[in-house]
Amino acid sequence: MRVALFLTCVNDTLYPDTGRAVVKLLTRLGVDVDFPMAQTCCGQAHYNTGYRHEAEPLARHFSDVFGEYDAIVTPSGSCGAMVRELYPRMGERARAEGRGDGLATTLAPVVPKTYELTEFLVDVLKVTDVGAYYPHTVTYHPTCHGLRSLGLGDRPRRLLRSVKGLELKELPGADECCGFGGTFALKNSDVSAAMGADKVRNAESTGADVLCAADNSCLMHIGGTMTRLRTGMRPVHIAEILASTEEERA
Amino acid sequence: MPAFPKAAHEAVHNQTLRGNLRHATHTIRAKRANAVAEVSDWAELREAGKQIKDHTLRHLDRYLVQLEESVTAAGGTVHWAADADEANRIVTYLVKATGESEVVKVKSMATQEIGLNEALEAEGINAYETDLAELIVQLGKDRPSHILVPAIHRNRGEIREIFAREMSEWGRPAPEGLTDTPAELADAARLHLREKFLRAKVGVSGANFMVAETGTLVVVESEGNGRMCLTLPETLISVVGIEKIVPTWQDLEVFLQTLPRSSTAERMNPYTSTWTGTTDEDGPRDFHLVLIDNGRTDTLADEVGRQALRCIRCSACLNVCPVYERAGGHAYGSVYPGPIGAILSPQLRGTGSEIDASLPYASSLCGACYDVCPVAIDIPEVLVHLRERVVQGGAVTREGAKVVVKPAKGHAAERAAMRAARWAFSRPGALRAGQRVASRTRRFHPRTLPGPGKAWSGTRALPPVPAEPFRDWWQRTGGGKLPQGGKDTSK
Repeated sequence: MRVALFLTCVNDTLYPDTGRAVVKLLTRLGVDVDFPMAQTCCGQAHYNTGYRHEAEPLARHFSDVFGEYDAIVTPSGSCGAMVRELYPRMGERARAEGRGDGLATTLAPVVPKTYELTEFLVDVLKVTDVGAYYPHTVTYHPTCHGLRSLGLGDRPRRLLRSVKGLELKELPGADECCGFGGTFALKNSDVSAAMGADKVRNAESTGADVLCAADNSCLMHIGGTMTRLRTGMRPVHIAEILASTEEERA
Repeated sequence: MPAFPKAAHEAVHNQTLRGNLRHATHTIRAKRANAVAEVSDWAELREAGKQIKDHTLRHLDRYLVQLEESVTAAGGTVHWAADADEANRIVTYLVKATGESEVVKVKSMATQEIGLNEALEAEGINAYETDLAELIVQLGKDRPSHILVPAIHRNRGEIREIFAREMSEWGRPAPEGLTDTPAELADAARLHLREKFLRAKVGVSGANFMVAETGTLVVVESEGNGRMCLTLPETLISVVGIEKIVPTWQDLEVFLQTLPRSSTAERMNPYTSTWTGTTDEDGPRDFHLVLIDNGRTDTLADEVGRQALRCIRCSACLNVCPVYERAGGHAYGSVYPGPIGAILSPQLRGTGSEIDASLPYASSLCGACYDVCPVAIDIPEVLVHLRERVVQGGAVTREGAKVVVKPAKGHAAERAAMRAARWAFSRPGALRAGQRVASRTRRFHPRTLPGPGKAWSGTRALPPVPAEPFRDWWQRTGGGKLPQGGKDTSK
C-alpha cells in the first residue's frame, strides 16, 4: 500500500514535530509513508472564507500530488474534512454553474482515500494499541470538523485509553467549539476569544497537564489562550502522544 | 445597525447577559438532547421533514393556489403581500375597518419581521403582545433576542422590575409586593393579560403551519395565550410567510413530533390550535389570511440558500450555537438571531447593509447547528455560500429580477491576501521559500501583530516559528531514514 502523508501547510510551517511524530508512529506500525514534496495547502481557508474560485486550483493541485497513492493520511480533522466533504461539493457547484464534470472528475479519486490519522489507525490498520507510553494526565478536545464532518467518534479516545501511563480525563463541554474557526478568530475576535477562554477553563477544571486534540490550528488557538491565561497546561497533538514510547519521547 | 463583530463586542463583555444566556441555552440544550434521544426513528423523522419541506417549496406555486381556494371555501379571505410595507398596509386597513383601536397578538415571528406593531402604532392602534416573553420584551421597551424565548437575555430579577414599573402604564398594574418567584411573575402576567383577552375584538396571529388541502392554520404554543387570541376576538387576522405550507394533514404528523422536541424539549406540544375559516356559532366571524413574500421567492431562486426556507423556527440551532451564546440575540440585527438568522436575514434582506454582509461570518462553522436542525438545513454550507456572495458578488434574484451584486465593501485587502496565498500555494517552491524566511527570521518575530492580526495577539499568544519546516527536515533526513544530520540541502 502506497501511503502519503498530507501534513497540511500549517503543520509543515509551524508544527514540524507533529509531522515527525506521524512519520515515527506509522513507521513503527510498519507503514512505509511518503511525503510528496509538491504538496501545499488543501484550500480550506480560501473556501471557508468565501473564495471558492481561489480554492479550486489548490484542490486540483492536491489531486495531482496525491492522486496516485492508495491512502492519504493527515493529522488534521479539519483539512481531512475539506477533502472528504467539501471537494465533492466543489465539484457539484462547478457542475451547477455549467462548467461540466471536469472538477468533480479531477477531485473524485482523492476523496475516499483521504483519512484523518486516528481514522487511518483504527479503520485501516485496525489498531487501537499503538504501543505508546505517555505518563501524563490528558484531556481530549474533539475538534469540530473531526467530530461532525468526519464523524471520528470515539476513535481518538480509544487510542488514548490504550496508551500506557496515560490517564484520560473527560473534558466538560467537550463537543463545544473552541472558537478558532479559521478566519473567524480574526473576524470575530471578541467572540472567538470568549469561546477559547471558556474552553481553557473547562480544560483546567479537569486537573489534566495536557490538552490533546487532532488539529494543530485549534491547539494553536487554545494553547495561545492558555499561555495568556497562565494555566500551566500544555496543548499537544494526539500524534505526538501516540508516537511517544518508553524508550524515546516523540 | 453596526456589523456583527461590533454589535457582539458589548454583549461579550456584559457578564450578566453572558450568565443569563449561558444558563438558559445550556439547560434547554441538555433537555433537547434527552427528548430527541427518546425517539428511535429521529433520523427518519428529520429526513421526512426535510423531504416534505423541499417538495412543498418545489411546488409552492401550486400549493399556494390550493391554499387560497381552501381558505376561501371555508369562509376566510386571502390577501397577498409582496413586502413588509404592503403587509402592514393590509393589516392596518383591516383593523381600521373593524372600528377598533387595539388588537391582541399571538407571538409571531412574521409580524415582527415586518414591524407590524410599529406600523399599527403609527396609525393609532395599540398592539398588545400576550405571549409571556413577548410581554416582558414589550413592557421593557426592548427587542426580542431569541426566536422561542424572546426574553432569554433577562433574568427573574430584571423581569420583576419591568413588571412592577411598566404594567400600570399598559393596563392592570402588577400586584403590590411582587417578588421574583416564577409563580408570582406568571400570576401577575395572567391577571394583566386576562383583561386584554376579554376586551379585545381583534386578534392578530402568525401560524406555524398552513395545511393546503383544507385551508387550516396551525399555531403551536406553550401557554394557551395564543388560543385565547385565536378564539375570543370577533376578527382574526393571520400574517403568515408563504413557506409555511404543508400539503396535507398527514404531513403535520412529522412536524408535530420534531418541533416540540427540538424547541422546548417536550414530547408533545401543550397547546396546538388549528382553525379553518369561520363558523357562525363560535370563534372569529371574520378571518383574514395575509400571505407575505418579503424576500422569500428571491430566496427560493437560490439553489443553495433556499434550504433556509425549510426552517420551522424551533430555535434548536440558537441553543447549541457557541457564537449566539456569547454574542446574544441583539447582535444579529434581526428578529431572526443565531445561526438560522445568519443565513435567513442576508437572504430576505440582501447583503447590501453592513450588518447583513457581516452575518455570514458570525460563525466558526463548527456545525453544531446542522446537527440539531430537525429539517436538516446545512447552515454551514449556506454560510459559506453567502460569504462567497459577500466577497465576490454575483448573480442573485432581488424582487423577482436577476441582478448582479457587487462585492461588499472592505474586502479588498483580504481578497488580495487570498490571491497571494493561492499563488504561493500553487507553487511549492514559493511556499518553501516563505517558510525558510519565516524560520531564519524567527528570533525577530514580534510578540504582538499589527493590522488584522492584532485581534489575535491581544488575547492569544502566538506560536513560535520552528527552526526548520517539516519539508526541510524530510529532505535533510530522508524522512528520518538517513544517518543523523543527513544531507544538508538547505543551501
